[in-house]
Amino acid sequence: MRSFVFPEFEIIRDEERCGSCRGCERQCALGTHAYDPVADRLVSDDRKCAGCQRCVIFCPQKAIVVRPSPSFYRPNASWSREKIEDLKRQAETGGVLLTGCGSDKPFRIYWDHILLNASQVTNPSIDPLREPMELRTFLGRKPEMLEISREGKEVEIKTELYPNLTVETPILFSAMSFGAISYNAFKSLATAACRSGTYFNTGEGGLPREMRGEFGRCAIVQVASGRFGIDAEYLNVAQAVEIKVGQGAKPGIGGHLPGEKVSAAVAETRMIPQGTDAISPAPHHDIYSIEDLSTLITALKEATNYEKPISVKIAAVHNFAAIASGIVRAGADIIAIDGLRGGTGAAPKAIRDNVGIPTELAISSLDRRLREEGIRNRSSIIAAGGFRSSSDVIKAIALGADAVYIGSAALIAMGCTLCQKCYTGNCNWGICTQNPRLSGRLNVEIASQRLSNLISAWSHEIREMLGGMGINALESLRGNRDHLRGVGLYEWELDVLGIKGAGE
Amino acid sequence: MDRKRRSRRELYTKEICACSIFGAMNREGDRFTGEGVMKAIASMRVRGNGLGGGFAAYGIYPDHRDLYAFHLMFTGPTDPARRAAKQELEAFLARKFDVYFDEEIPTDDSVFVRDPPLLWRYFVLPRKEGEDAEMTEEEYIVREIMAVNSKIENAYVFSSGKNMGCFKGVAYPEEIGEYFMLDRLYRGHTWTVHGRFPTNTQAWWGGAHPFGLLDTTVVHNGEVSSYGTNRWYLEMYGYACTLQTDTEVIAYAADLLMRRQKLPIEIVAKILAPPIWAAIDRMDEKEKRLMTALRMTYGPLLMNGPFAVIIGETGRMIGLTDRIRLRPLTAATRGEIFYISSEEASIRLISPHLDRVWTPRGGEPVIAEMKGYEKGSEESYEKGSEKSYERIC
Amino acid sequence: MMTKAAVSKVRPGSAPKAGSSAGAVAVSIDASGLETRELNDRLRELLLSGAKRVEISHVCGQRYIGTRLYTPERHLMEIDIRGTAGNDLAAFLSGHKITVEGNAQDGVGNTMDSGEVVVRGRAGDVLGFSMRGGEIYVRDGCGYRAALHMKDCEGKRPVLVVGGGAQDFLGEYMAGGVVIILDRDGESHESSFMGTGMHGGVIYLRGTARVDQVGAQVEISPADEADRELIEEYVSRYLDRFPEVDMTKDEIMASPFVRLTPRSKRPYSGLYAY
Ligand code: SF4
Ligand code: SF4
Repeated sequence: MRSFVFPEFEIIRDEERCGSCRGCERQCALGTHAYDPVADRLVSDDRKCAGCQRCVIFCPQKAIVVRPSPSFYRPNASWSREKIEDLKRQAETGGVLLTGCGSDKPFRIYWDHILLNASQVTNPSIDPLREPMELRTFLGRKPEMLEISREGKEVEIKTELYPNLTVETPILFSAMSFGAISYNAFKSLATAACRSGTYFNTGEGGLPREMRGEFGRCAIVQVASGRFGIDAEYLNVAQAVEIKVGQGAKPGIGGHLPGEKVSAAVAETRMIPQGTDAISPAPHHDIYSIEDLSTLITALKEATNYEKPISVKIAAVHNFAAIASGIVRAGADIIAIDGLRGGTGAAPKAIRDNVGIPTELAISSLDRRLREEGIRNRSSIIAAGGFRSSSDVIKAIALGADAVYIGSAALIAMGCTLCQKCYTGNCNWGICTQNPRLSGRLNVEIASQRLSNLISAWSHEIREMLGGMGINALESLRGNRDHLRGVGLYEWELDVLGIKGAGE
Repeated sequence: MDRKRRSRRELYTKEICACSIFGAMNREGDRFTGEGVMKAIASMRVRGNGLGGGFAAYGIYPDHRDLYAFHLMFTGPTDPARRAAKQELEAFLARKFDVYFDEEIPTDDSVFVRDPPLLWRYFVLPRKEGEDAEMTEEEYIVREIMAVNSKIENAYVFSSGKNMGCFKGVAYPEEIGEYFMLDRLYRGHTWTVHGRFPTNTQAWWGGAHPFGLLDTTVVHNGEVSSYGTNRWYLEMYGYACTLQTDTEVIAYAADLLMRRQKLPIEIVAKILAPPIWAAIDRMDEKEKRLMTALRMTYGPLLMNGPFAVIIGETGRMIGLTDRIRLRPLTAATRGEIFYISSEEASIRLISPHLDRVWTPRGGEPVIAEMKGYEKGSEESYEKGSEKSYERIC
Repeated sequence: MMTKAAVSKVRPGSAPKAGSSAGAVAVSIDASGLETRELNDRLRELLLSGAKRVEISHVCGQRYIGTRLYTPERHLMEIDIRGTAGNDLAAFLSGHKITVEGNAQDGVGNTMDSGEVVVRGRAGDVLGFSMRGGEIYVRDGCGYRAALHMKDCEGKRPVLVVGGGAQDFLGEYMAGGVVIILDRDGESHESSFMGTGMHGGVIYLRGTARVDQVGAQVEISPADEADRELIEEYVSRYLDRFPEVDMTKDEIMASPFVRLTPRSKRPYSGLYAY
């Protein structure tokens, strides 16, 4: 059937500059560029291009420009080009529209409407270059109080302490499974996490055996509805176990890793046969109630000898704060909430762009809810979904998060351009692919260096901003909404965020 | 605007101030009038601006030593409003307490102070009935004070301990002292004083220092930049932070940690002003474990930003500064008298020949204890003070 | 006999204690009055002290028995349970052998990795959920959603043999492994939605099954010679474990068997528009 959809991108090649080196042809795994030996020139099929900009950046002559195709339908406020084309695609295939990455729809980004405070006169600002500035954070349950016995100089803690994760900066790498991303991308995240004093999250794809010894010390391992790659060793080499209930990009539904992405190595790690669809059912079939969740949490604590904090990750949806409070009561030591703009390797577009609530609002309501119920110390909050910069992170902390998960930001650090074609398995940047020719493009040394650089740059910026507020330990900013003000927000939004308007 | 909805936005306006603090204790328990401390605080007049001053005096009500002395402030805009608040308060007290004796707090009206509220004191014992019978007296009183301060409009309990009392208001501290006739009517074994420099001008009598809950009082110089964080943590434990000042959260933190959780002051100091991680990482395993557990558990109570405080209790007086010492504090002894002050000069003024003078280190408490009240280990107190002593003299 | 007073408050660490000799003898624990966590503390302590066989009497609802027995050194032991084992028996089990002299509840063998579970009685819902290795034998029947998302790989192939019948959603999302339902007294298989979303592994049912009882992704075919050989082997093992069963191997094998297998390894490949 002939497709009635415009090519999304237009490829312009400057024939003057192009030296026919055929570099672009090699770079594009989608087969966009081809060499015509008769004419001795390169030709491009716009229709195949995903707009990932790989060929543009790697063209030695800088001869290529890839830009959104300028063709348009008659302008119509209701029927945008995207709406028309999505509809046509479905008419042509009868399928569910798939997409990758977090929602790109123009929902309000609250980070851009929140401003930070700084000290003037009454409270000295602190210079992080010379004075201590502490970002160390503990994730896990904290006791209500410490009982301390004292015999002369000997001080003894009598209260039982719960296992906690220690992070040197409040930024962790979000769950991205080996399978969804390439081995090299996965290993780069692990390497950078270990180097930067933080953690990576295996997602639901298991942890390759050869990585367990070296990277277990900075791994959070996931137990998701598909139960892939789980054995007792997997649970025990990690520092924390996360039960994945939901994901911001696709709340309420499961996922499939399509069979073509299930390579031999992926199959081995997930502990399934090569080439089968790896199906994660929508619910965990051993969790139909909060009672059952509590059973799984305890089972995992048992399986890890009560030595690891157990996290539960849920998508931020309308009534999630009440559910989260139940999850805390069910014994979760960490609660990870993934908001509307959370990324994914593959999700139905209808779900990604229409289900959930923004991370910012979610953090605030969850923190408030747990405080009001007096159980905030029983569980740490890790917020996920749409963190783009250090200022987003510090605002999240002031709204009540203990730490954040970054996913897309980490991928962008490695080269991702948010082309949203992750689900095709042909990521030209070697990130979301199992094709060895493509994943080989990602050098673990370099990619992990880029990630570590990002973490250290953001951490430094966070120290600067903290110092400006006259605070020298991150724990003193947590939930400290006094240091935030809103601009351009409605009254109800300020209410939910629990912040005053600027100048108020 | 619907108040309930608005309240979700935590619309507090926090007051910011810089101040002078002073404390004196007779460790033998002999009592003395407020004259000396008034003189000392007056010498630091430049550190205040006349918008707040106050005193906490211990041992002043020996005749009612077994009753809780509630000092009340009725602050309505008009006299009838104050009387109405008083009536409501008394109805409340009648339900919850046995009131043994009450009277207006005597004042010298020849001393000029702005907008004085109606000031009254009640000597009471809790009447715990039904389910409340299980509670300790102190828990009960704290809960009821929180109820008065957050629910009864224009009524505010500003002192609630046994055999002690707070006196405060909007004026220079020495004027407050004269207004309450502290140099003539009262004799105490421990006095703490505060002179205030708030940056806003609409001073409120209730906002002056000290802040107290039961017999714990706090006078404070500084600004706590962790206020929002400290506040939510305390609210989880039932403390209503109604006064929007840093000092209130320090007072509640002290109450929570020292009275309710029974932690020794050395530990409390490490919670409010913990050592930095770089220092903790250098400690031996056992100490590291303790400090890590403290910071992990009580991170939200770290008082970040500059502060110096004097915490008073029956029989004890504790001076503490923030962990990087952004506000001054000097301690001194002369015989059985123990002094803590923002400035050495004010101590010298009333006691020129001191035995010892020293500047305590950031985050390390100085503790003065009265005979018969020693709770902490003598050793750590000596250790803390000696170390600082050598550094200074 | 261990008494409750002997239960230590301190959780055992992961290093085996040197010089202990509990291994030589079988040990018994009286579980009456023990909390789940206390019982499992006790089991872990015994494992680390080298015990090879433990008998637990008066079990009544204690959960996660066998779950906390993984050690990097892979110490193994055999556990005999008398009473009713609580939920998530043998969850994440790593190599141990557990026998229940009585019934088991929900979640037996949840995400089990290896080892063997024998239930001399019946089992509840979600039996063998996401199991990826080892064997489970249940003398009588089991509840809903048995063998859900069972999978195999790396030479591991989980096996679930149920002597009685199984209720609805047997083998949902199944991705590997072998399930044999002997339905000793019925052969009727009243359950529905068998194998919905199945994309790997095989289910054998003694007797027959109708098309409307299975998911759209499932193919029903009669067991062939090779299938029957495999079934026969597991029937023998089943009878070895349950000598009290009043049927012989020949009697069981006299019936026909059907085989349920997935039509595709990729049940949902046509679902999306790219
Ligand atoms: S998909 Fe990427 S590499 Fe291929 S033509 Fe488009 S921009 Fe270039
Ligand atoms: S990971 Fe690759 S495929 Fe996915 S958005 Fe980034 S560049 Fe595109």
